[in-house]
Amino acid sequence: MAEHFSYTYLIVIIPLISFLITGLFGGKMKPIVSGLIGTTGLFISFGLSLCTAYKYFFLYGKTDEIFQKIVATDYLWLRFSDTLHVNLGVLIDPISVMMLIVITTVSLMVHIYSIGYMKGETGFARFFAFLSLFSFSMLGLVVATNIFQMYIFWELVGVSSYLLIGYYYEKPSAVAASKKAFIVTRFADLGFLIGILLLSFTTGTFDFITLTENNAAITQGSGIAFMGLSTITWSLIFIFMGGAGKSAMFPLHIWLPDAMEGPTPVSALIHAATMVVAGVYLVARLFPVYAISAPVALEVVGYVGGFTSLFAAVIACTQIDIKRILAFSTMSQIGYMMLALGVSGYGAEEGLGYLASMFHLFTHAMFKALLFLGAGAVIHAVHSNNFTDMGNLKKYLPVTHWTFLIACLAIAGIPPFAGFFSKDEILVAAYQHNKLLFFVEYAVAGLTAFYMFRLYFSVFHGKETHYHHTPHEAPYVMTIPLMLLALASMTVGLIPFGEFVTSDGAELELHTHWSIAIASVAIAVVGIVTALVFYRKENNLPEKIAISFGGLFKAAYHKFYIDELYLFITKKIIFNNVSTPIAWFDRNVVDATMNGIAYVTNYTSEKIKGLQSGQIQHYAYIFVSGVFVLALIFLYLMKY
Amino acid sequence: MIENIPLSHIIVVSSIMFFIGIYGFITRKNLFTMLMSTELILNAAALNLVAFNKYLFPQNIQGHFFALFIIGIAAAEASVAIAIIIAIYRNFRNIDPEKINDMKY
Repeated sequence: MAEHFSYTYLIVIIPLISFLITGLFGGKMKPIVSGLIGTTGLFISFGLSLCTAYKYFFLYGKTDEIFQKIVATDYLWLRFSDTLHVNLGVLIDPISVMMLIVITTVSLMVHIYSIGYMKGETGFARFFAFLSLFSFSMLGLVVATNIFQMYIFWELVGVSSYLLIGYYYEKPSAVAASKKAFIVTRFADLGFLIGILLLSFTTGTFDFITLTENNAAITQGSGIAFMGLSTITWSLIFIFMGGAGKSAMFPLHIWLPDAMEGPTPVSALIHAATMVVAGVYLVARLFPVYAISAPVALEVVGYVGGFTSLFAAVIACTQIDIKRILAFSTMSQIGYMMLALGVSGYGAEEGLGYLASMFHLFTHAMFKALLFLGAGAVIHAVHSNNFTDMGNLKKYLPVTHWTFLIACLAIAGIPPFAGFFSKDEILVAAYQHNKLLFFVEYAVAGLTAFYMFRLYFSVFHGKETHYHHTPHEAPYVMTIPLMLLALASMTVGLIPFGEFVTSDGAELELHTHWSIAIASVAIAVVGIVTALVFYRKENNLPEKIAISFGGLFKAAYHKFYIDELYLFITKKIIFNNVSTPIAWFDRNVVDATMNGIAYVTNYTSEKIKGLQSGQIQHYAYIFVSGVFVLALIFLYLMKY
Repeated sequence: MIENIPLSHIIVVSSIMFFIGIYGFITRKNLFTMLMSTELILNAAALNLVAFNKYLFPQNIQGHFFALFIIGIAAAEASVAIAIIIAIYRNFRNIDPEKINDMKY
């Protein structure tokens, strides 16, 4: 089977090549040329991904009605011993093919859009080089055949995210944001690495296929090891920590809102559609291990996801920076995906949550990228990030307005837009397994509709703001990706996802649960209507409500003081109680020992340097005297 | 004629030459006289070589050859040494070895 997919490594390699070309020679070519090279490379990857998806899902993927995991390329990259070796390869299975489609689609749209959005920026070629680097890393991550390859690309994704957030490196806030993102995710990756080491130590393999073989409950390391949990559970919790860092789950989410300092297309690509779902993908990739060997770890995933989605949704209701609202909305939606994985079991009907999570990942990528690109078009027109500076933009930006509205309806879960179908499946899965999480998600669905339409009405309706110059619609190169993504947001929900992506590869028929569907649409409509009343026309209702909520509103507006808490913990507690003593020990013990040795050597040499007078005649004198002494010794004392 | 002079006499002469050379090398404050002292040391050694060859192994000629080598090398060495001394003089306006200490710690 693998021979049908032998070309798939090209999907990953082509962006790398365009990165090398634009990165090395970008300064010498016209900016537009580097943009076209990046876009063309991505277009080829996109075409190959579509071809792969067709071949996998419709022609060769199934054996006995079950989708198989196919290793298309496997290359021994680093070999330490027979059991310990790191391979690089391409693994084709339903979720990796789905991710290939998601990444190449969104990345292609973002590339096209960026040609318009970044026009005239200094470092245009650099921007496209980094975009290609990111696409390469992300594609390498999703096709990883083993957990170590995934870790390598995971870090590459992190570094390209860092480079792109810090794209405007003259701006101190962008530099700070890029550092924050890198350090927070790097800290989480430490957990990931510990998890990898624990997991591969107990199971003796890095390989995903071996790890997730059907019904292969991992028996080694399943005994109680520490604090009532088995080694395997601990390792999976640590791996999830890495995923939580990348996917901005509470409490490692603090970098994502700040990451909005990057150019808007970057936010759309990395911080909405692709990189931030890497954590979800990681859990999904190891899902059989989670579900069979460590259900406790899976519960952790579910609760963290559920809490994050509620937490982020509440904050999103209070923010005024449109990109930050979208960032918190992303966190909230990723929380949904994590929660869906958390309430899922393995196989057949039990695996509904897994399916729903992947489905939501897919639809969310489309409409969230659209929302960000639309927000980018708005910012491009108004030159401000705050919606208090905007209003009644529907008159000036018709295309952006309609596409944005479609995306808002999709994320709010109004049928027949994409978000309805996937969110419905998540709610059903949650309802079947965990009532508490179901009610949390149900509330979040209402909040989502509310804050998205709060944003929509404030930007596109409401009072007519006085603009310095009349906002104008973005050029075609920016609006065409918007329209394509809007089309995707309307239609991808109709894909019969159960036929393609399920936890065990077998087909799962989806039933519409009318009671839950109606209830979820009802709460979405309530949210939209509330937003309509508050923000459609200018009035003082929002202020009144904000005042009546008082402390809660203020806390949410300040993101529940999590940043301040982090600063307090790091600056006051860690710096004072840990770092200062360590620094003292370093200066006064470690350094002092070294300095003492150096001082003694120096002092001694100062004292005895007179012997080395540098006078040739002294040396000759001493030499001759020595010869005399030796001669006398030989003559009189050593008579043989 | 030479048969009447015992070997010890020649050795005494060469020893005196040698120690004059050593003394001059250690005490003189002028690179040229130090160079001359080294010539004395070399000549003392050459004299010894010739004398021992003549008295102890008259049938061999290696000692004579070595003496010739020493003379030749001494000439070459003298020319190099004088060149160095001139270069030093150009740089320091001085050929007192005690005052040439710029490279000292």
